[in-house]
Amino acid sequence: MSGAEDFLRARGLWRRKPRGEGWLLSDVRLTVRGGQRLAIVGPSGSGKTLLLRALARLDPLDRGEILWRGEAVVGNRVPDFRRHVIYLHQRPVLGEGTVEDSLQAPYRLNVHRASRFDRQRLVEWLRLLGRDAQLLTRRQRELSGGEAQIIALLRAIQLQPQVLLLDEPTAALDADATLAVERLIDVWMRQDDTARATVWVSHDQQQAARVSTKMLALQQGRLQGGGSC
Amino acid sequence: MLNPTYIELDASRVALAALLILVNGAISLALRLGMARTLLVASARTVVQLVLVGMVLQWVFGDRPWFVVLGLLMLMTFIAGVTAVQRNQRRYPGIWTDTMISVWVSSWLITSFALLVVIRDMQPWYQPRYAIPLLGMVLGNTLNGISLGMNALTEALVTRRDEVESLLALGASRWEAAAAAVRHAVRTGMVPIVNAMMVVGVVSLPGMMTGQILAQAEPLQAVKYQIVIMFLVASATGLGTVGVILLGYRRLFNADHQFLYDQISE
Repeated sequence: MSGAEDFLRARGLWRRKPRGEGWLLSDVRLTVRGGQRLAIVGPSGSGKTLLLRALARLDPLDRGEILWRGEAVVGNRVPDFRRHVIYLHQRPVLGEGTVEDSLQAPYRLNVHRASRFDRQRLVEWLRLLGRDAQLLTRRQRELSGGEAQIIALLRAIQLQPQVLLLDEPTAALDADATLAVERLIDVWMRQDDTARATVWVSHDQQQAARVSTKMLALQQGRLQGGGSC
Repeated sequence: MLNPTYIELDASRVALAALLILVNGAISLALRLGMARTLLVASARTVVQLVLVGMVLQWVFGDRPWFVVLGLLMLMTFIAGVTAVQRNQRRYPGIWTDTMISVWVSSWLITSFALLVVIRDMQPWYQPRYAIPLLGMVLGNTLNGISLGMNALTEALVTRRDEVESLLALGASRWEAAAAAVRHAVRTGMVPIVNAMMVVGVVSLPGMMTGQILAQAEPLQAVKYQIVIMFLVASATGLGTVGVILLGYRRLFNADHQFLYDQISE
């Protein structure tokens, strides 16, 4: 990936266990460049989710820093940074009301005020996934796990982020829904291959191989093989 | 009070009222409610606590210097703060400081306003006959609002954790992510005093007003005092509740727009 732009850089991330000795993350160094599809694999409890949350600046760190395009992400830069780098939870929370309500909700946030909700574009996305616009009028609590995850992904994608941090997005889904989610992310990446990147956390090696061009292993909070890429 | 205008109660008359509690105790024994012992303890506590506070008040009202009055007011405020924290089911580092600051600032600000601006004509300004009961009433309600509000805030943040974090992940500022929980908490803290203001005089006659009437005050004078008290209590409760919730919000959401969920302990 030489020549591609450095998007996200983690410099020496350390996070202590809440009580007692030891580290949840130790000296994690990682660079995400435009066009990269990274996968982070490791057994449960190895710190995959914590690493992804740290990359999104959702949790405080004991040491280390996150840089976005060379600048440290601190203070009031954080919300704007999260406009470009969106973390997706394993179990999406969509809130009350219809699917469309949920998709419109982010536009009420200050960082997205300048953007406008584009229903037509969402309908096109849904068509691509073999769904019709009817899904937008459904109540959120009527959605299956797979549908909810797809809506959560569309909610993030419509905001035109540059990096998606995907925390086992298909862990609770059946095979069909898993493929639909993988396809959606693949199509999204292909639309603008150098200006986008994904970091996908998975406990499933096969899936990680399918969705990534580079795999990193996390063991007890430490990235194996030097950690830098 | 050399010539009280009301009928004085001696110990024998108080004892007559205590007979009523004995009747309650007898009913409890007959129906095996298991309440007799609790009733006895509660009655004994009522007598001991009130007699003690009466003795303290009698002593303080006996023309004591300002620092004695001030010391007593501080002690009352401190106890209110401790009680407010202890009523919380969840804690976070800094809850003691936040609660003490909120109880202290809201109750003292509002009581000072009452003493110096609303009632104002007493001599000296720290007249304990006014300052102590006014602060006591303000504190009793404020600590209630503060503890209800804090409980509601931590409860909402714990149960809606995923929602709060989803918002943050999509670019919400800490305020945007917490606003729903903060508003819910403030409303919860204000519910008792707003309800009390809605029904005052219709469903219940407030104790202070009743007391003044029994002590031969003109009912309309007693009503004016009661209105003032209701407004003082409502504003102090609002100030204290908003204060403690905003301070708590600042502790649980840092300047990097992160929700410090791990700081909340049961």
